[in-house]
Amino acid sequence: MTGVTVHIRAKTFPAQSGAPERALYRDFLLEVADGSFVAVLGPSGLGKTTLLNMIAGLDRAFEGEIRFTGGAEPRIGYAFQNPRLLPWRTVLQNVLLPLDGSPASERRARSLLEEMGLGDAADVYPERLSVGMQRRAALARAFALEPDLLLMDEPFVSLDEANAEKLRDLLAALVARRPTTVLFVTHDSREAHRLADRVVTLAGPPVRIAEDRAVRPSSGATAGTESGPRR
Amino acid sequence: MTGVLGRLGWSAASLAVLAAVWWAAAAYAQSPLLPSPPQVLDALRAAAASGDLALNLGATLARVAVSFGLAMVLGSMLGVWLGLSPTADRLLGPWVTLFLNLPALVIIILAYVWFGLNEWAAIAAVAVNKVPNVAVTLREGTVALSRDLSEMAAVYRFGRWTTLRHVALPQLAPFFAAAARSGLALVWKIVLVVELLGRPNGVGFELQTAFQLFDVATILAYALAFGLIVQAIEIGVVQPWERAANRWRR
Repeated sequence: MTGVTVHIRAKTFPAQSGAPERALYRDFLLEVADGSFVAVLGPSGLGKTTLLNMIAGLDRAFEGEIRFTGGAEPRIGYAFQNPRLLPWRTVLQNVLLPLDGSPASERRARSLLEEMGLGDAADVYPERLSVGMQRRAALARAFALEPDLLLMDEPFVSLDEANAEKLRDLLAALVARRPTTVLFVTHDSREAHRLADRVVTLAGPPVRIAEDRAVRPSSGATAGTESGPRR
Repeated sequence: MTGVLGRLGWSAASLAVLAAVWWAAAAYAQSPLLPSPPQVLDALRAAAASGDLALNLGATLARVAVSFGLAMVLGSMLGVWLGLSPTADRLLGPWVTLFLNLPALVIIILAYVWFGLNEWAAIAAVAVNKVPNVAVTLREGTVALSRDLSEMAAVYRFGRWTTLRHVALPQLAPFFAAAARSGLALVWKIVLVVELLGRPNGVGFELQTAFQLFDVATILAYALAFGLIVQAIEIGVVQPWERAANRWRR
């Protein structure tokens, strides 16, 4: 597991088609404690996905630094807004590809799929599955890695409420059994409070933390810091 | 299996109609310049019996295979590179367009003039004709590579080889197939021209000889034999590979 310190001095969105360059982040600081489950709440289009991409190392066009407390290169599981499964590989192959290929990791992947109700779908190509099952497969891929840090970008959006609720239960159970640091981006306040032990509400632009509240004691090694709005 | 048989059945029926029309036209014309199907089959048998057919078909197929393989490999590498690097595309893109529109005959004549009437000049001329086609197709495929999946591969640390094999190549497969299919058709036609102009054997050379003798039956016999072989490659190799590469689709 790892904690994360996100310090973004400046992140700008390039000028395009007449619109001037605009500041997305300026002097932004977010500390995520090791083992905490932090929900990041904010309206669509604010730059929440950009934040996750900067943490994941996909977006390096910013000034500032991302520091991981558990070592420079943590294992990161990323549940994207869309499942982003390889359609030409079976569900099991999709889950196995990020792993090291050892028999132990294959056993782990299979039992995880079983547990997530995808046991029969292991050898099926993703596009033959429902969206809900595809999301579960993407979640299985992120979890099978046993990540130090799990990034989740509205992973339950566009699901019907019953299915979303089932997946939330599943996520809570998985995190309870194998604790990891989670950064969960959503625009759904209820979802944030239901899952997280700390809810950070963003406003902007440029993005700042409007509210930072611990909603329950953290299950992780270090308790999430309770504090008011900060910059 | 019924699917394959059904397809073959339809192809056979369609070709049978073509043969019937041909036969009727030949019977009506009653001219050595339009021989009937049996006359062409006789010419085919004669060429096969003398060993010329196997020799010439073999020589042509070998040239097709080598120049096709060369063009696919070089063209794919060039196309992927142009697709990945906007700078390379800006620098070399206009060259590709130029070569794409250069008549095949010009390239063939220049290759013979500059490098002599030899085997490698012939093969290189065919490959150079085909490379721009492959490059343009693969450039398109590379530009269309999914950014979402590339990011996924980066986050999950797939590494170069796994990314190529499991993320990039499956996306490029339809473009390879398109390039291969149009490539095969183009390459074997150009190979005949190359042979006609400067090789002492091959189907193109044989056609030129037959042309000088106005031996239309032999011309059609070689065209038939070669057409059958190309069809066999299409049905036996290209289509099954395409089906295998697409079995994940809904």
